[in-house]
Amino acid sequence: MDHDRPSPPPLLPEPPIRLDPAARSTRVDLISFAVDSPVPRRGSRADSERLATSQKELSDDDARLVYINDPAKTNERFEFAGNSIRTAKYSILTFLPRNLFEQFHRVAYVYFLVIAILNQLPQLAVFGRGASVLPLAFVLLVTAVKDAYEDWRRHRSDRIENGRVASVLADGGRQFQPMLWKDIRVGEIIKIAANETIPCDMVLLSTSDSTGVAYVQTINLDGESNLKTRYAKQETLSKSVDKEGFAGLIRCERPNRNIYGFHANMEIDGKKVSLGPSNIVLRGCELKNTAWAVGVAVYAGRETKVMLNSSGTPSKRSRLETHMNRETLLLSGLLIALSSVVCVLAGIWLGNHKDELDYSPYFRKRNFSSDDEKYYNYYGIGMQIFFTFLMSVIVFQIMIPISLYISMELVRLGQAYFMIRDASLYDEASNSRFQCRALNINEDLGQIKYVFSDKTGTLTENKMEFQCASIQGVDYSGGKASSPRDWEVCSVVVGNQFWRPKLLVKTDPELVRLLRSGRETREGMRAREFFLALAACNTIVPLTVETPDPKQKLIDYQGESPDEVALVYAAAAYGFVLVERTSGHIVIDVLGERLRFDVLGLHEFDSDRKRMSVIIGCPDKTVKLFVKGADNSMFGVIERSINLDIIHATETHLHAYSSLGLRTLVIGMRELGSAEFIDWQSAYEKASTALMGRGSLLRAVAANVECNLHILGASGIEDKLQRGVPEAIESLRQAGIKVWVLTGDKQETAISIGYSCRLLTSEMTQIVINSHSKDSCRKSLEDAIAMTNKLAAIFPGAQNTITGTGSPRIPLALIIDGTSLVYILETELEEELFKAATACDVVLCCRVAPLQKAGIVALIKNRTDDMTLAIGDGANDVSMIQMADVGVGISGQEGRQAVMASDFAMGQFRFLVPLLLVHGHWNYQRMAYMILYNFYRNAVFVFMLFWYVLYTAFSLTTAITEWSSVLYSVIYTALPTIVVGILDKDLSRKTLLKYPQLYGSGQREERYNLKLFILTMMDTVWQSLAIFFIPFLAYRHSTIDGSSLGDLWTLAVVILVNIHLAMDVLRWNWITHASIWGCIVATAICVIIIDSMPVLAGYWAIYHVMGTGLFWLLLLGITVAGMVPRFAMKAFTEYFFPSDIQIARELEKFGNLDAVAASEIPMSTFSPRHRRFI
Amino acid sequence: MMNNSGASAAGSSSGSGEGSAPRRNFKRPKYSRFTQQELPACKPILTPQWVISVFTLVGIIFVPIGVISLMASHDVVEIVDRYDSACIPRNMAKDKVAYIQNAAINKTCNRTLKVLKNMDQPIYVYYQLDNFYQNHRRYVKSRNDAQLRSADEASETSGCDPERTTAGGAPIVPCGLIAWSLFNDTYSFKRGNENVMVNKKGISWKSDRDHKFGKDVYPKNFQNGALIGGAKLDPNKSLSEQEDLIVWMRTAALPTFRKLYGKIEVNLKANDTITVTLENNYNTYSFNGKKKLVLSTTSWLGGKNDFLGIAYLTVGGLCFFLATAFTVVYLVKPRKLGDPSYLSWNRSPLGY
Repeated sequence: MDHDRPSPPPLLPEPPIRLDPAARSTRVDLISFAVDSPVPRRGSRADSERLATSQKELSDDDARLVYINDPAKTNERFEFAGNSIRTAKYSILTFLPRNLFEQFHRVAYVYFLVIAILNQLPQLAVFGRGASVLPLAFVLLVTAVKDAYEDWRRHRSDRIENGRVASVLADGGRQFQPMLWKDIRVGEIIKIAANETIPCDMVLLSTSDSTGVAYVQTINLDGESNLKTRYAKQETLSKSVDKEGFAGLIRCERPNRNIYGFHANMEIDGKKVSLGPSNIVLRGCELKNTAWAVGVAVYAGRETKVMLNSSGTPSKRSRLETHMNRETLLLSGLLIALSSVVCVLAGIWLGNHKDELDYSPYFRKRNFSSDDEKYYNYYGIGMQIFFTFLMSVIVFQIMIPISLYISMELVRLGQAYFMIRDASLYDEASNSRFQCRALNINEDLGQIKYVFSDKTGTLTENKMEFQCASIQGVDYSGGKASSPRDWEVCSVVVGNQFWRPKLLVKTDPELVRLLRSGRETREGMRAREFFLALAACNTIVPLTVETPDPKQKLIDYQGESPDEVALVYAAAAYGFVLVERTSGHIVIDVLGERLRFDVLGLHEFDSDRKRMSVIIGCPDKTVKLFVKGADNSMFGVIERSINLDIIHATETHLHAYSSLGLRTLVIGMRELGSAEFIDWQSAYEKASTALMGRGSLLRAVAANVECNLHILGASGIEDKLQRGVPEAIESLRQAGIKVWVLTGDKQETAISIGYSCRLLTSEMTQIVINSHSKDSCRKSLEDAIAMTNKLAAIFPGAQNTITGTGSPRIPLALIIDGTSLVYILETELEEELFKAATACDVVLCCRVAPLQKAGIVALIKNRTDDMTLAIGDGANDVSMIQMADVGVGISGQEGRQAVMASDFAMGQFRFLVPLLLVHGHWNYQRMAYMILYNFYRNAVFVFMLFWYVLYTAFSLTTAITEWSSVLYSVIYTALPTIVVGILDKDLSRKTLLKYPQLYGSGQREERYNLKLFILTMMDTVWQSLAIFFIPFLAYRHSTIDGSSLGDLWTLAVVILVNIHLAMDVLRWNWITHASIWGCIVATAICVIIIDSMPVLAGYWAIYHVMGTGLFWLLLLGITVAGMVPRFAMKAFTEYFFPSDIQIARELEKFGNLDAVAASEIPMSTFSPRHRRFI
Repeated sequence: MMNNSGASAAGSSSGSGEGSAPRRNFKRPKYSRFTQQELPACKPILTPQWVISVFTLVGIIFVPIGVISLMASHDVVEIVDRYDSACIPRNMAKDKVAYIQNAAINKTCNRTLKVLKNMDQPIYVYYQLDNFYQNHRRYVKSRNDAQLRSADEASETSGCDPERTTAGGAPIVPCGLIAWSLFNDTYSFKRGNENVMVNKKGISWKSDRDHKFGKDVYPKNFQNGALIGGAKLDPNKSLSEQEDLIVWMRTAALPTFRKLYGKIEVNLKANDTITVTLENNYNTYSFNGKKKLVLSTTSWLGGKNDFLGIAYLTVGGLCFFLATAFTVVYLVKPRKLGDPSYLSWNRSPLGY
C-alpha cells in the first residue's frame, strides 16, 4: 500500500451527495422546504420524472438549453429572462391603474365606489359631486401615497442592484470585460473574484483551486453564515476559458425555487456530464476563500432561485378583523333596515298625500314652467320608493365606516413603529431590532393561546459548546469549574506567525494532563485518538482571519453543522488543531507537531445511518476509520465482545449527559488492514463514479466498513439555553398560554431541555407515547385520555387550566415522538391526540419532521378557535410558521428562511414575553376599542340623521351641511381615535409583566365581542336620541332654521363622540389632550368656515345660533344627558364588578406594587426549586 | 452577518449592496420616553369619591339651570290663534281649496285676541305653519344662492326646478320653489280703536341682508306662471330690502315652524283686546296645513318652551339620584381599590 503518494486518489472531485439536504448536518431536523416549482407542471408524469434517479434524461421539452459562451444562440428560441431584477411593483405609467386596481380588492372600497357612482345619478344626487367623492378619494390617496413611497424604495434598491458590475467574457472575445449586472444574459461566462457577490445562478466551470473547489457563503440566500463547498467539473476544469474559448451545451431543469436542488447535464467535447446542486452557485452568494471562479449563467434575473424565493410579506387577516367583518355585516343589515324603514314610510306618506302633492308648495309634483305640465322629478310611487331606498343608502352610507379601514392601517403602522422602537425587543448579540413583516395582524398578538416553539436555535442558542467527554469509560467534565484564565490557549506556529482558534473552549485539566503526559499509556493513546477523531472526522474548513496583530492569526472553523464546529474547537483547545483542509488531505497540529493526514474517503452523514465516517491515511502509514454518530446507531456497530465495561460506563455517561440536556455523540474507530482497505477502496471508487444510484451504493459501502468499531468515547455538547428562556416560558404559562415544544432532537435531550427551561417540572406526571404501530398509538392515546380523565375526576374543580395556579391538579405533560405522530397525524387518531394533548399542560414533541410540525399546529388550529403562534428559526420551521395564525421568526444563527416566512421577527425567544404580554395586550386592547368606537361613532351620526329624516316627510334631507356629513368621519373625528389607538395604554409595561394573567383579557376576547357590540349599539341609539331630540323638543314651534339646527347637531355629535372617547381614554398625555380637544376646536372652525361662505344656504347661521344662550345650554344638556347612562354603567361595573385590568390599574395608581407583592405568595406554584439544571 | 438583519420585503438580494457597514449597535433603538411609550400621563380612575362628586356636581349645576330656564319660560307671554279654518266662510268650509284659490273672493278676516298677561315690548309677531315641510328635500334644494347675491348671475337658475324659468324660458328671479311659495297672509292690529303698528324692519338677519341677498338684484318674472304659489314681490325693491322673502328663505328645520312677521313696539296690558285684521291668502288647505298667528314676548332663552327646564331638572334629579344610589351601594358593599385579592386568579376557582 502506498500511503505516501503525493496526491490522493481521484475521489473527491465528485463528492456525490454532499449537499443532499437531509445530509447537510448531523442535526436531523434541518430539512429544506418542499420543492415547489412555480413553472407550470406537466401533470404528475413530469413530477415523478423529476423525482426519479438523478441520471434520468431531461427531455428537451422540460429542459432549458444553455449554449455555453453563446448567449445569442441560447436566447434564440426562448427569450430567457435577463438579469435585471425588478422587485418594484409599479412604474410611473402603471402606478395609477395598478394601484387603484389593487386597492379596490377591498370590498369596502367597492361599496363606497358604488355609492359614489350612485350619487352621480341626478335622481339620487344627495351630495354634491365633489363632496360625495371626497372621502373615498382621501382614503385612496393616503393609501396610494403610502404604496408609492414603498415602491420608490424598492425602485431605488433595484437600481443599485442592477447597476452592479461583474466581469463577463465579452461576446466572441477572449477576455473578461466589466458589464452591468442587468445586461448579463443566460449563456454568458462570468468570472467572479474573491468576496464578490454572484450576479446570477451559474454552473461552475473552473476555479482557482486546482481541484475545482470553490467556497461560497450563502448568507443572503438561506442565512447560514458558514461556507459551503461547490465544485467545478473535472471536464471543464482544465480548460482555460479566456484563451481557448469554450463551447458546450447545458441541459438543465426549468427555473424553480428549490435552492438545494439542481438537476442538469452538460455536453462537452462530446461527453455527457451530469450536474448536481454542488455544481451551481446561486445569485446572492459570495465567493469566499477562493481567488476566482468562472461559471456560465444558467438562470438570470427573476428566474434565479433567490428571486423565486423572495416572496412578498405574507398576507394574513387578524382575528379581530374577521370578527369585525361579522359586525360590519350586522351594520349593513342595520343600514338596509333603516333604509327600508325610510322607503316604506316614504311610500306610505306619498300614498296618503298623493292628492295633495300636485300643488303643495313643498312638493309640487307638477312642473308648470313647461307647457306640457309634466311631473317634475317624479316617477310614480314605486320608483319613488326605490329611489328613496337608494338615496337613504347614500345618506346613511357611513354606517359602514370607511375611515375605519384607513384608521386601522395607520394604527397598525403606529403600533409597529413602537414595537420596532422598543428597546426591550432589541437584541444586542445579533444587533437586530424587532421586525414587523406583516402589518395586519398586530392585534392577534394579544390573543394567543398556543405557542409552538422550535427548540434548537429558538429555546437554545444553537451555539454548541463542548462540555464534557467520556473517554475509555472515564468521564472528564471538570472543565466547567475552571475559569477562562486557566484554559489552554493552543496556538500553532506557522512560520513566524501564531495561529490560534477563534473560540476558546473550557478544558478539563486532568484530561489535558493525560494528553500531555501519557503518550505511552494506553489511556493516553486512546485519548489522543479520540481527539484526532474529533479533529479529522468532519467536513469543517479552517479559515484564517487577520487580526490587528500581524504576528497573530485566528483560525475560524466553518462548517455546516454547529456540533462539528464545536467538536473541532474542542479538539483544538486540547491541542489537536485542524489547520488546513484541501480536498485530499488535512493538516492537524497535534500538540505542537504538524501532521499531514490523507483523507482517503469520507462517508457523509445521512439520516438513515445517523453517523458519518472518514478514512484517514496517517503519517505512520496506518489507515484508520473514524466514525462518529448518534448513540443508538453507534452502539449497533461497536464491537461488544471487548471492552464491555467501557461500553457500559460510556452508556451511563451518555445517559447522564443527555439528562443534563447535552447533545451526545459517540466516537468509534477501527484500524483497517491493508486487504480490507483495498477492498473498501475499490468499492468506494466504484460507487462514487457510478452513474446510477450513486447515493445508495455509497451508503452500502459505508455500512460495510462501519462495523466492529472500538469505542473511543462520547462527547457532550451543550446546546446553550438562550437567556431568559425559563422565565419567559414561566410567564407565558402564567398568562394562560400553552407552550408546546416541537423539536427534531431525540427524546432524552428534548425532555432534559424541557426541564432546564422549566417547561417540565418534577411534580408533573409525564405521559410518554413512543409507538411503532397504529394500534399501539391508539392504545397509548386511550390510556392518556383515561389518565387525564382520572385526574380530572379526582380534582373536579380544576377544569380551568388557563391560569392553573389556583388549581391543585397534578399537571400533566405529554411527550410524543415523531414516529408515533406518523401514525396519528392525518388519521382518525388525530381527534384522540387532540383530546389528550389539550388536557395536558405541556406537550413535547420530539423527533418531528418539518411537515409534522405544521401538522401539529393544524391539529389545534382546525379544531379550536384558539389563536396559535409558532416560533422558530430554521428552514425546518417554515411550514409551521406559515401554518400558525402568527408566525414569529428568530433572526439568529440558523438563517433567514424562517424570518422570510414569518410575520414578526426578533432576536431572542424571551422577547416573546414583552411582545405578547405587553405589545400584544396593548395592540389588542387598542384595536378592539378602536373598532368598537368607530362603529359607534359612525352609527350615532347615522341614527341622528335617521331621526331627522322622520321629520322631513321621509325625503332624506339632512340638516347638517353635506360638507360636514362628508368630513365627519374623515376629519372631524378621525384623528383622536387614531391617536388613542396608537398611544393609549391600559396598564404599564411593568404591571403587565408582573401579572402575566392579565393577558387572559385578550384570550377571552373581553374587549371585543358581540355582547359589547350590542351594548355599544344600544348606547349609540340612546346618544343619538339625546342629540336629536333635546334640540328638537327645545326648538319645537320656534323660528329655528335648518342650517342653525344642523350646526348645533354637528357640534353636538362631534363633542359627544369626543367626550365619549375622552371618558374611555385610560392614559392622558399631551398628545391625547391635543388631539381630542383639538378635534373639537377644528370642527368648530370648520363649521364656522363653512358658514362663512355666502354661496351656501347656511351662511352665518353658526354666528347667529352661537349668540343665543339656548345653544350653549343645549350643547351642555346633550353632552351630559348623552353620557349619563354610559358613565353610570362604567362607574358601576368598574367598581362593583371590576375586571382584572381594572384592579391592576387601581393597583398601579394607589397600591404600592412592591409592597403588595409580599402578600401574594400563594400566587405562584412554580417556585425556583424546580430549576434543576442550570 | 451584519448586513441583513433588517429584512425587506424586496428580498434578500437587495440587502447585499451595503456590504461593509460598520459593526456598531447602529440598530439599537434610541431611547426616548415617546418611543418607549412612557410619556408622562394622567391615569384617571373612577373612584367612588370621583363618581359621587361628578354626579353631585352635575346635579348641583343642572337643577338651578333647570329652575332658571323654567322661570324664564314662564315669564314669556304668548298668544296663539289658529285661524286657518276659522277664517273660511261657513259656506265654503267644504271646499277650502276652491275658496283660497279663488282670487275674486275677498279674503279679509277679523280675529280678536285677548291679552291675558302684561306683555312688554318688543312683542314679536309670528306666523306659525303646521305640517308644512319646509325641510322637504325637493323644497330646500330648490333655490339658487348665487342668483340671489348678484345681478350678474340672474340667469343662473340651476337647481331651481320646477320654478326656474317662465314658460317662455326667461329666468325667474328669485327662482325656485322656496321663493315661489312665499307666505302672503298679512296682519294688522288694533287695540280698541288705536292702531298698533307692526315694525317689519329688521326682522331678517343682517348678514342675509348684507351679503346673501344682493342690493342690486331685483325680482324678475316672479309669480308670472300658471300657478301662483304665494306672495308677489315689488319689482322695484331690491332683494335685500324684501325682508319677508329673506325670512322665508331661511328654511325652517322642522315641519312646524314660526316665522317672524314683525315687531310690536308698544306694551300690551293684561285684558287688552286686540283686533287682528288679516288677509287669509296663503294656501295651506291643499295639504291640510294649519296657520296660526302668534304674539310673543321673549326671554333670554327665546320663546315659551318648558322643555329645556324640565330636561335640566330631570337630568339633574337623575344625577342626584345616581349619586345617592351609588353612595348607598358603596356603603353596603364596599371594595378596597387595588386589592390584588380581587384578581380573578387570586379568587378560589371554587369560590363562586
